[in-house]
Amino acid sequence: MSNSLLFRQATLPGGEQADVLVRDGLIAEIGTISSEASRVLDAAGLRILPGLVDLHTHLREPGFEASETILTGSQAAAAGGYTTVFPMANTSPVADNASVVELELSRGREAGYVQVQPIGAVTAGLAGTALADLKGMADSRARVRVFSDDGKCVHDPLVMRRALEYVSAFDGVIAQHAQEPRLTEQAQMNEGELASRLGLAGWPAIAEETIIARDVLIAESVGAALHICHLSTAGSVDVVRWAKQRGIRVTAEVTPHHLLLTEDLAESYDARFKVNPPLRTSEDVLAVRRGLADGTIDIVATDHAPHPSESKECEWDVAAFGMVGLESALSIVLLTMVETGELSWVDVERVMSRTPAQIGRLDWQGLSVGAPARLTLVDPGARQVFATEHLAGRSTNSPYLGRVLPGRIVYTAFEGYLTVDDGALVPAETVAGHALDYAMQRGVPRG
Amino acid sequence: MTANTVMQSADVARAITRIAHEILESNRGSDNLVLLGIPTRGVTLADRIAAAIHAIDGADVPRGSLDVTMYRDDLQSNPLREPSPTAVPVDIDQATVVLVDDVLYSGRTVRAALDALTDFGRPDVVRLAVLIDRGHRELPIRADYVGKNLPSSPGERINVCLVETDGVDAVEIDRGDDA
Amino acid sequence: MIPHLLSTRDLSRESAISLLDTAEDMAILGHRDNKKLPALRGKTIVNLFYEDSTRTRISFEVAQKRLSADVINFSAKGSSVSKGESFKDTILTLRELGVDGVVIRHPSSGAPQLLAERDWIDVPVVNAGDGTHEHPTQALLDAFTLRKNIHGADSRGRGLDGAHVIIVGDILHSRVARSNVWLLEHLGARVTVVAPVTLIPAGASRWPITISHDLDSALSQPVDAVMMLRVQSERMRDAYFPNAHEYSQGWGLTEERFAALSPQTLVMHPGPMNRGLEICSTAADSAQSVILQQVANGVFVRMSVLYSILTGTSEVPHE
Repeated sequence: MSNSLLFRQATLPGGEQADVLVRDGLIAEIGTISSEASRVLDAAGLRILPGLVDLHTHLREPGFEASETILTGSQAAAAGGYTTVFPMANTSPVADNASVVELELSRGREAGYVQVQPIGAVTAGLAGTALADLKGMADSRARVRVFSDDGKCVHDPLVMRRALEYVSAFDGVIAQHAQEPRLTEQAQMNEGELASRLGLAGWPAIAEETIIARDVLIAESVGAALHICHLSTAGSVDVVRWAKQRGIRVTAEVTPHHLLLTEDLAESYDARFKVNPPLRTSEDVLAVRRGLADGTIDIVATDHAPHPSESKECEWDVAAFGMVGLESALSIVLLTMVETGELSWVDVERVMSRTPAQIGRLDWQGLSVGAPARLTLVDPGARQVFATEHLAGRSTNSPYLGRVLPGRIVYTAFEGYLTVDDGALVPAETVAGHALDYAMQRGVPRG
Repeated sequence: MTANTVMQSADVARAITRIAHEILESNRGSDNLVLLGIPTRGVTLADRIAAAIHAIDGADVPRGSLDVTMYRDDLQSNPLREPSPTAVPVDIDQATVVLVDDVLYSGRTVRAALDALTDFGRPDVVRLAVLIDRGHRELPIRADYVGKNLPSSPGERINVCLVETDGVDAVEIDRGDDA
Repeated sequence: MIPHLLSTRDLSRESAISLLDTAEDMAILGHRDNKKLPALRGKTIVNLFYEDSTRTRISFEVAQKRLSADVINFSAKGSSVSKGESFKDTILTLRELGVDGVVIRHPSSGAPQLLAERDWIDVPVVNAGDGTHEHPTQALLDAFTLRKNIHGADSRGRGLDGAHVIIVGDILHSRVARSNVWLLEHLGARVTVVAPVTLIPAGASRWPITISHDLDSALSQPVDAVMMLRVQSERMRDAYFPNAHEYSQGWGLTEERFAALSPQTLVMHPGPMNRGLEICSTAADSAQSVILQQVANGVFVRMSVLYSILTGTSEVPHE
C-alpha cells in the first residue's frame, strides 16, 4: 500500500474498461478493484497502454550534450509516453565498446525516467571498415543486442555480411541505415521535380531501396536477423514485403514524420524539415502507412534527433539532418493511423511497444499481472496546438510546432512510479529518488 | 461625384495659342528654343505648343520629353512610380528650354525637372509653361506662361483631358465630395 | 511593386514586363554623358557575396552607383564568415549597421529566401544567384536582350510571345537555366532545353519546356536564340558525361553547327565562356552574338530591379 497507484476506469487497448493497480513496481491487479491504494487516479476516458518502446533514439550523450543528454532525452521520452529507449551509437566517443554502452546504461538508470538500452556500433568509430567490439558490448552489463551505424550506412557488403553473421551467434540484430553513399553525395532532399526546382541536390529513393534489397539477400544467405531503420519509400515497402514473403528474417521501422510529412515542406527552405532519410512524396507516405497497417513495417520508431538552434537556423544545405520526435510520436500515430482507421489501439500497442521490445530482444510482458509497471495513459480526445512547451528535451527542432495534434499523455509510469503526472513531467530529483528506491528494492546493480 | 468643366475644347486651344505667342514674344522668335514636356500630358502639350509656334512663324521647334521620376523627392513616401521615357532630341547647352506641364501645384515636379535638366546640360535660360496653375506652391517656383489660373482647394482634383490621351480636350475640377 | 526579387518563378508577367520597361528607361538615361540618377540617394545597399563573382558584383555595383546609392561590398573571403560566423549572425550585424537593401549571392540554394522571410532583417532582398536555384537578374537581362533584338524600339510593354529559345548545356546545375525557364514561360516564349540525359534535372518533364538530347535536331527548327550554358569540368569526374571532346561534339556550338545556324538566330551565353568547349570563338564573336549586349543590359536591368524594390511604399496607388 505504501508504493501503490490505482488507475480507475482506464480503457484497455482492446476497449474494455478496467482498474489497474500498481504495487512495488509491478502490475498487481487488473479488473474491478476494491482495494485501497496510496494514490487513486481517475483514468476514465484515458487509454492505457504498456509503456512505449523506441528502438531508434539519439540521446547525444556522451559528446553532444548541447543538443541532448541522457537525462533530458529520457525526459522527452517520458513526456511522449515512452518507458524504454534505444539510443543510437553515434555519440562521441562512439558507442563501439563496452565502456561507452555501460556509461549510457548507468546514466539512464540514474535519471530513472525510462530504461535506456544502448545500441552498439557495427563498425569501430562508425568508419564502416573494422567491426566494433560487438561481443564485448553484448557481454557487457548493457547486454547490447541491437547494433547499428545509424547516421551512416554499413555500405561495404563484406562488412555487412560479416556483421550479420557475427552477431547471430548471440541473437543480435543489425539495424541498417539504408543509404547508398555514392548515390547520396551532397544530397539534400527527396529527388524529384521539387528538389530540381528548389536547386537542392536530390536524394533518390533507389539509394535506400538498393541497400535494403542487397541486405535482405545477404541476411537470407547467412540466415541472420536484419532490421531496417526509418524506411521511407514505397519501393522500400515493396522490397521488405517481398523479403518477408520469402521468409527472410527482416523487420522494418517507419518514423512518425514519414507517416505524415512530405517533401513539399522543403519549399520554405526551413531546415526543421531537413531529415535523413528525407521527407518523401505523398505517394510514399501512403505506401508506408499501408505497409505499417499490413504488417510489412513492424514498428514505429522516432529517430528522435535533437539539434541546437544554430544547426537549424541556417542555410538548408549547411543545416543538420534530423528532427526531435519522442514527445509527438504517439500523437502522429493517432493522427495518421488510428484516426484514419488503419490501426486499432491493439495495433498501436504492437507497433509502439511489443514488437520494438521484441526486436530489441527485451522481455516484454505488456499489461499483465506481475509485469513491470511500465504504463502510458493517453487522452485520445485531447487536441492541442503543438508548441515548444510540449517539448521536454533540450532541443526544439520539431517539425510539428504550430500544428494541431491529437492525443495528450496524461500519465507515464516507469517501474511503478510516475514520470508524467497529470500531463506534467515529474521533476528530475523526484524521479531519481524513485529510481534509487526501486533499485535498492529490486537489487538492480547501480552504475 | 461632381466634376465641373472649367475649360472646354476651344478654351484649351486658345490657351495653347496664347502660350505659343508669349513664348515667341519673350524669346524674340524661335531661335534656340527647345520644348521639353513632362510626361504624360506635358509631352502632348509641348507637341501642341510646337504646332502652334509652327503655325505662327513657320519654325520647327525641337521638342522632347523629360521624365522626372528618378529625381522626385517623394520616391519613398508614395507607391512605386514607374518611369516614363525621356527623349531629349538636341543638345540643350546654351538653349532656351521651355518645360511644359499640364498642372502646376506644389512645384515639386518642376524642381525635379530642373535637377533632371542639369544632368543633360546647361541651358542659357529655362522657362516654365503650364496649362493650369492651381496654386498651393510648396517651393519658390512660378510659371512663366500660364493657360489659366485656377484657384482650388487641396481637397479638389484638377483633371486635364487631352484628345491624344483622353479623347477630348477639357479641364475639369472634381470637388471630390465622395470622400 | 515587388518586395523582393528572389526568383523569376514567382514574378508575374505584368511585373516582369514592367521591370523590362523600366530597364528601357534606364538604358536611355545610360547613354547620357552624366549617367548618374539620384533615385537611391541616401540608400545603403550591401552586396553580400558568399561566392566569388566579379562579373555579377560589378554589374550590380555599377547599377547601384548610377542610382546614387551608397554601396558596401561584403565578400565572404576575408570577412568574419571565414572565421566561422553563421549566416544569421552576419545578417543580424548588417541589420544593426542599418542597410536599406541586400543583394545576395550565396552557394546555398534558398539563402536569399531565408533572408527575406525570417525576421533577421527587414529590407528588400535581391537574389544575385543562389546555389543551383535561381539567378533572376540574369534571366531578366537575357529577356531584355531578346526583346530588344526581336522588337527593337517597339519593345516597351511587350513580352516574348511566340519566340523560340533553346537552352543548351548543364541544366541540372544551372540557376540561370531555371530562372530563364520560368521567365521565358511567363513572357510567352517557347523553350527547348538540350543536354545529355544526365544533365537534365529529375522531374523536369513537368516543367513548361521541351526536352531534347539532340542539339542538331533542335537546331533544325526555327530558333530565335540559342543560349549556351557554361559546362564545368568537375562534372566529368562525377560521370555526367565522358569527356570534354564528346561533350563538345554532342552539345557544343561548334564551327559546323554555327555555320548551319540561321543568321537570324541570336547567340547568347551568360558568361564566363569556355571557348572551345560549349561554344566556338567564331560563334561567340560573330555578328549574331549578343553576349556583350547581355553584359551592358545587365546594368540597366539591375538598375530597374533596384529602383523598383527600393523605392515606393507597398500601398495601392491612389492616382
